[in-house]
Amino acid sequence: MEKDIIIDGRRGTRQKNLGNRQRFVDRYKQQVKKAATENINRRTITDIAGGGDVSVPIGSTDEPSFQLDPATGKRVYVLPGNREYVAGDTIPIPDESGGGGGREGADQGDGMDEFRFILTRDEFMNIYFEEMELPNLVKTGLGKSNLEITHRAGFSKSGPMTNVDLRRTMRNSMGRRSALHRPSDGEMEEVLDGIEILTARERRSADEEHMLEVLRAELTRLKRARTIVPFIDEIDVRYRRFEKRPAPVTKAVMFCLMDVSASMSEAKKMLAKRFFLLLYMFLEWEYEEVTIVFIRHTTEAAEVDEKSFFTDQRTGGTVVSTALILARKIIEERYMSGGWNLYVAQASDGENFSGDTALCVQVLKERLLPFLQYFAYVEIPEVGPFSESGKSNSSLWESYTPIAQAHEFFKMKLIYGPGDIYPVLKDLFAKQS
Amino acid sequence: MTTPLFVGSSWDVETLQRIYDAVESIALEDLNLDVFPNQLQVVSSDQMLDAYASVGMPYMYKHWSFGKRFALDESEYRKGNKGLAYEVVINSDPCISYYMEENSAAMQALTVPHAAFGHNHFFKNNYLFKEWTDPSGILVYLQFASDYIAQCEEKHGLAAVERILDAAHALQSSGVFRAKRAAPFSQEERAKRAAERRKYEAERYNELWYRTVPQEPIVFDQEVENGNDKAAPHLPEENLLYFLEKYSPSLKAWEREILRIVRIIGQYFYPQRQTKMMNEGCATFVHYYITQVLWEKGQLTDGAYLETLHNHTNVILQIPWHHRFYGGINPYKLGFEMMMDIRRICEDPTGEDKEYLPLIAGCGDWRGVLKDAWANYRDDSFILQFLSPQLMRKLRLFAVSHQEGDDKLQVDSIHDERGFDEVRKSLADTYAVVNRDPDIEIVSADFRGNRLLKLRQQIKHGRTLHTKSALQTMTCLNVCWDYPIVMECVNPRGDIISSFKIADGTAQK
Repeated sequence: MEKDIIIDGRRGTRQKNLGNRQRFVDRYKQQVKKAATENINRRTITDIAGGGDVSVPIGSTDEPSFQLDPATGKRVYVLPGNREYVAGDTIPIPDESGGGGGREGADQGDGMDEFRFILTRDEFMNIYFEEMELPNLVKTGLGKSNLEITHRAGFSKSGPMTNVDLRRTMRNSMGRRSALHRPSDGEMEEVLDGIEILTARERRSADEEHMLEVLRAELTRLKRARTIVPFIDEIDVRYRRFEKRPAPVTKAVMFCLMDVSASMSEAKKMLAKRFFLLLYMFLEWEYEEVTIVFIRHTTEAAEVDEKSFFTDQRTGGTVVSTALILARKIIEERYMSGGWNLYVAQASDGENFSGDTALCVQVLKERLLPFLQYFAYVEIPEVGPFSESGKSNSSLWESYTPIAQAHEFFKMKLIYGPGDIYPVLKDLFAKQS
Repeated sequence: MTTPLFVGSSWDVETLQRIYDAVESIALEDLNLDVFPNQLQVVSSDQMLDAYASVGMPYMYKHWSFGKRFALDESEYRKGNKGLAYEVVINSDPCISYYMEENSAAMQALTVPHAAFGHNHFFKNNYLFKEWTDPSGILVYLQFASDYIAQCEEKHGLAAVERILDAAHALQSSGVFRAKRAAPFSQEERAKRAAERRKYEAERYNELWYRTVPQEPIVFDQEVENGNDKAAPHLPEENLLYFLEKYSPSLKAWEREILRIVRIIGQYFYPQRQTKMMNEGCATFVHYYITQVLWEKGQLTDGAYLETLHNHTNVILQIPWHHRFYGGINPYKLGFEMMMDIRRICEDPTGEDKEYLPLIAGCGDWRGVLKDAWANYRDDSFILQFLSPQLMRKLRLFAVSHQEGDDKLQVDSIHDERGFDEVRKSLADTYAVVNRDPDIEIVSADFRGNRLLKLRQQIKHGRTLHTKSALQTMTCLNVCWDYPIVMECVNPRGDIISSFKIADGTAQK
C-alpha cells in the first residue's frame, strides 16, 4: 500500500487541453469563420482595433446518441417544494424550461441549441487571416530594422572570459617567454639532475664540490628568472571579438488611400474604413516589418496618422489624383532606395472631378505602377437600377479597367456591403501557393 | 484546547498536510471509513479546468469533444456563470484528487474530507464499482489507450481516427453491459493482451495482403460449424459496441481496438451514472460531519467553520419547482438529506419511522447503517429502501405525470400517507438509469446473406427516440457496420411503431 502523498502539481503540465481545443476549433472552422465575420461586421471600429477576446456562437455541435425524446410518451417527475396541490389536481405547464415540462421540441443534440465559446484574439486572427499574404514580396535590402546578426570580427585584447581564445593567447605567451629567455623546464631538469647526482655521492672531490656550488647557484638564478617572467601574462591574453550587423530584411510599405469626399456617404466611408482596418490588422498580424502610410483626400491629399485616418470626419470635394501624386511624392522622399516593397490600396466610390481621371491614369502608369509590387483598388459603388454586379459605371472604374487588364499586379474589386469586405480582402491578398 | 490547524485563508503544502492528517484521523477512527491511498494534487485554476474537462483523468486520448467541453467550461467560468468544481476526484487506486490553489484554507478543510475520504470510500466500497471497475488498472489502461490512439493517428491519419472515434462516442451510452458481468480480465491484463495482439499483427503484416485483400475478422462461422458455439454471437446483445467490435466484418483491427477502448472507458464510468446521488450524498455527509468535529475540537476557528458552512449551504441548495431557475432535484441535497435522515432514524426515531423503516429505527449504529447503504445500494434501490415519510414531507415531494400531447401536468401523489409509497417508487424510477436510456438491442445479423444488422428498440411508456439524433447515430452505426442496417421500434405488444434504416448510404426513418 502506498503512502498518502500531497503533490504540488502547479509546476506540472499545463494546458493539457490545448490539443483538444485546437481540434475542436479546426473541426468547426467554417462555422467559426462565419460567426467571426458576422461578429466583426457588428462591432465598431474602435472595438475591433482594441482587440481582446471574441465570443462566437456556432450552431449545434454534433454529438449524437440514441436517446429518448423528452417530448414523447408518458413521463413521471418528482418535484420538491409542493405548496398547494393534492393528488388528482392538474397543473398548467410552466412557461420556462426547467419546471416540470422539460424542453419541448428543443434540439436535443447535446442539449444546447447554440453554442458560444470564446476565441482568443490570436486564434481569431489566425482563422481570419489564414490563406492571406502580401503578394510579390520579393525585394530584400538593408534598412532600419530591429534585426541584427552577430558576426565574428577578429580578436581583441579585452573581453569576457567566455571569449578567451586559448590558442592565440598561448602563442603570445610562448613568444614573450622565449624573447625574455625564461628558463624552460628542460633547463631546470638538467640542473636538478646534476645536483641530484652530485649530492648522491657520499664523498666528493674538490672539483665536484665546486661544481655543486655552481649548480646550486645556477638553480637559484633559474628559479628567480622563472618567477620574474611569468608563464602567462595579462598582455598575452586574446579574446574573440563579435560585431552586430543589421540583417537584410524584407520590408514593405502599404499606402492606404481613402476618399473622404462628400460623394462618399457616411455608410460608404464606414465601409472603406472597415476595409482598411481589416487590412491593417492583417498586416500587423502577419508581418513584423510593414510600414503603413495613411493618406486621405478630398480635393487635397494629406498624410495623416492612424487615429485620424480612422476617426476624422473631414469632408469636401473629390480630386483623386492628389492622393496618387502625394503617394508618389512620399515614395520619392523616403522609399526609393533600400529594397522596399511598395503596395497601394485605394478605396473610393469611383466618382471624380471631371477631367481628373485622365490625370490619374497618367500618374498611375508613369509614376506609380513602375515602382509598385501590387495595386489594389476597392470601389464602393452607387447601386442603381442599371448596375450589373461585378461591374461599375463610375469614371474611375472604367478608366482603371484597361490598366487592370494590362497588368497582373493591378486588381480591382467592388464592395457593396459589410458582408463583402472580408471576401474581397481575402481575394485581393490570397496566398499564391 | 487544541490549536487551530490554520489561521486566515492562505495555506501552503504544509498546512494542507496538517489538515489532511487531522481529517484522516476522524475519517478512519471515528467514521471507520475504508479508503484507497490518497494522492492529493494542488493545481492552478487553468489546470483545474483541464482536469474537469477530461473528467479528472490524468491521461486521456485527444478528441474534439473534450475541446468543446473545455471551451464551454472555460467561457462559462470566465463569464462568471459557473464556479469551478470544488474538487475533481477519480475512481482509482491510488485515489487522485485535485485541489485549487485559489481555494482558501477553510475550503480545503471542506474539500479534503469530501473528495479524499467521502468519494474515495464510496468508490472503494460500493458494490457496483467493485464489480464493474478496476481502479488499480484504469490509469495504466488510459495511458495505453491514449498512446494507442495517438499512434493510430500517425499511422492512419487524423481523419480516419476521428471518424471511428466519433462513431464510437455516439454509441458509447449503448455500449455498456448492464445485466451481464463484464469480462473477467482486469484492465491491466487487457492492456497486456492488446500489446501482444499488436505485436502479433506486426509480425504477420504483409503489405501486399493488406492492400489487396479486404480484411476478414476471425471467421467464427467456421468455428460454429466446427461445433464451437462459444464463438457465435450471443443474441440479443444490448452492448452494441461489444458486438461490433467482435463481429463486424468491415472493421479493421485497429478500429476494433478503438471501439474496445471507448467501450471499456464507458463501462468504467457507468456505475458513476447509477450512483451520482448516493456518491455526492456520502461525500457531503462526510465533509459536514468532519468539519463539525474539527470545529468542536478547536482545530477549526469559528471563522473557518462558518466559511465551510456557507459553502456547504450553497452546495445543498434546492430551488423549488415553480421557481424560474429550477433545474431538477439537486443530487447533493437529496443525498445529504437522506444520509442525515438515516442517522436521525437510527438514533432518535419517531413512531412513524419505526413503522416504515423497522430494520434500522432505533438501532443506534448509524455509522454501520450508512456504511452498509453506501456499499450495497445504488441510487434507485437506496431510495426504495431508505426514503422516509418524514423526509418526503420535509422536501415536500410530489409526483406528477405528463402525457404527450397534454397541455397540463397531472398530480399523481403527494407527501401524505396515501402517497408515500407511490412518491418513493416514482422517485426511485427517475434515478434508475435503465429507464433514462433507450432499450436497444441487436437481435440478428445475417452473416451468410446480405449482412443485414437488425436492432430492436423496446418502447416503454410511449417514449420514442429523438429522431434527428437517432438518424445521426444510425450513420455512426453504419461507419462500424458497412452493410444494411435496420432498427425497429416496438411497443410492449410487439407492434412496430416506427423504424430506422440505412439505405443507399443514408439513414432514413
